[in-house]
Amino acid sequence: MRSLRIIGTLFLKDLRVEWRQRETLASICVFGLLVVFLFDFAFQPAGEESLRLLPGVIWIAFAFAGILGFNRSFAAERENACLEGLRLAPIDPGLIYLAKMLANFLFLAIAEVVIVFAASLWYNFSFLAAFDWFFCVVFFGTLGYVAVGVIFAAVAANTRMREVMLPILQFPVIIPLFIGAIEATTSILKGEPPAQFASWVKLLIAFSIIFIVLSFLLFEYVLEE
Amino acid sequence: MRKNASLTAHGILTLVWIVVALYMIFIYVPTDVNQGNVYRIMYIHVPSAWTAMVAYFLIFLGGVWYIWKRSQFADDLAYASGEVGFIFCSCVLITGPLWAKPIWGIWWTWDPRLTLTFILWLLFVAYLLLRTLFVNPSRAALLSAVVGIIGFVDVPIDYMAIRWWRTQHPQPVVMGGPNSGLAPSMLATLLVSWGAFLCLFAFLVRQRIALAESRREVSQLRREWATDEGQEF
Repeated sequence: MRSLRIIGTLFLKDLRVEWRQRETLASICVFGLLVVFLFDFAFQPAGEESLRLLPGVIWIAFAFAGILGFNRSFAAERENACLEGLRLAPIDPGLIYLAKMLANFLFLAIAEVVIVFAASLWYNFSFLAAFDWFFCVVFFGTLGYVAVGVIFAAVAANTRMREVMLPILQFPVIIPLFIGAIEATTSILKGEPPAQFASWVKLLIAFSIIFIVLSFLLFEYVLEE
Repeated sequence: MRKNASLTAHGILTLVWIVVALYMIFIYVPTDVNQGNVYRIMYIHVPSAWTAMVAYFLIFLGGVWYIWKRSQFADDLAYASGEVGFIFCSCVLITGPLWAKPIWGIWWTWDPRLTLTFILWLLFVAYLLLRTLFVNPSRAALLSAVVGIIGFVDVPIDYMAIRWWRTQHPQPVVMGGPNSGLAPSMLATLLVSWGAFLCLFAFLVRQRIALAESRREVSQLRREWATDEGQEF
C-alpha cells in the first residue's frame, strides 16, 4: 500500500513538472507527426501499398517519439541535482523506476493517439475495424518499449552525448518487441483472425513482464553513487 | 614475474594450437564434394561465432559477478570480453558473406542466424561505446554491468522472435550448408579450430586484463608521486 502511494506521488510529480512546462509532450507529439509526414512523402503510398507500410510507419514513429521523451525525462532530473534528491529519499529505487515508467508510458500513449489519428487521416485508413486487438498490441508494445527505454535513459544520462547513446543502447534490444508489434499490427490491419497473431501478442506480454521485472531489480544499481 | 611467464606460456600454446588448426583446416581435412575449397572458411567462421557467444556470456557473467561482489577483476573480465568478443563477432560477419557469395549467390540475407549475429554485433558495439563515454569512470563498471545483463537476457528472446518471424515467410534462398551429418574428420577439425580460437580469446582477454591492472597501478603511483612532491595533477 505504501509502495503504491510512493509510486503515485512520484508519478504525479512528473505530471506536475510536465504540466508546468508542457515541453516534452509537445515535442514528442510534433516529432511523431513529422515522422509519419516524412514517410508519407518518401513513399507516397496508395491503396494496398499503404496497408503494407502503415504498421512499420506508425511503430517507427512511436519509437522515435519515445526516445525523445525518455531523454527529456532524465535530462530534467539532472538539472538542480533532482536525481540526487530522489536517491536520498528513503524509498526502494525500484519504485522510482516504476513511477518514471508510468509517466513516460502516459506521455508516449498521448503521442501515439496523435500519431495514429494523423496516420489514419493521411493514409486514408481506419483503425476502428479491430480496435480492441489493435489497442491491446499497442498497449503491450508500448509497455515493453518504455520498460527498456526508462532504464537505458537513466544509464545514458551518465554519459557524454547521452542523446545519441540512448538509441544506440535501446534499438538493438527492442528488436524482438518491434518484430512482434509490427507483425501483429499487420495481421490486425489485414483483418486476420486472432489465432494468426496470438503468439505475437504473447511475445509482447512476455517481453514487457521480463524487462519490467529485470529493470525493477537493476534500477537500484543505476542510481547507486 | 610469474604472471608474465604464465602469459608467455599461454601465448606459445596459442600459437602452436593455431598452427595445428591451420594444418588440419588446409591439409588434413578433405575438400567438400558440393562446395569445393570455399567451405574451409567454415572452420574460421563457426568457431568465431561460438567464441563471440562465449564472450557475450562472459560480459553477462562479469556483470552479475561485479554487482554481487564488487570485484574489480569481474569488471575487467567483462570489459576485456566485450573488446575481444567484438573482434570475433566482426570476424563472423566478414567471413560469412565471403562464403555466402559463391555458395548462395548473395552476400547477405535476413536469415534468423544472420540477423541474430548482426544484433549481437550491435550489442557489442553499444556496450563498448557506452564504456568509452562515461562522464564519471567510477560508475562505469556498475552501469555497464546493468547494460550487459539486459542485453544478454534479450538474446534468447531475439532468437525466438526472429525464428517465428522468418518461418512465417518463405526463405529467400535455399540453405545448402552442411546442416546434418558432419564427417568425423570435419567435426574433429572444427573442434580443434574452436579450441584454438578459445585459447586465443583467453590469451587476448588475459592480456587486456593485465593491461587494465597496469594502468590502474600507474595512475596509483602517479597519485602517490604527486602527493609526495606536493604537485597537482
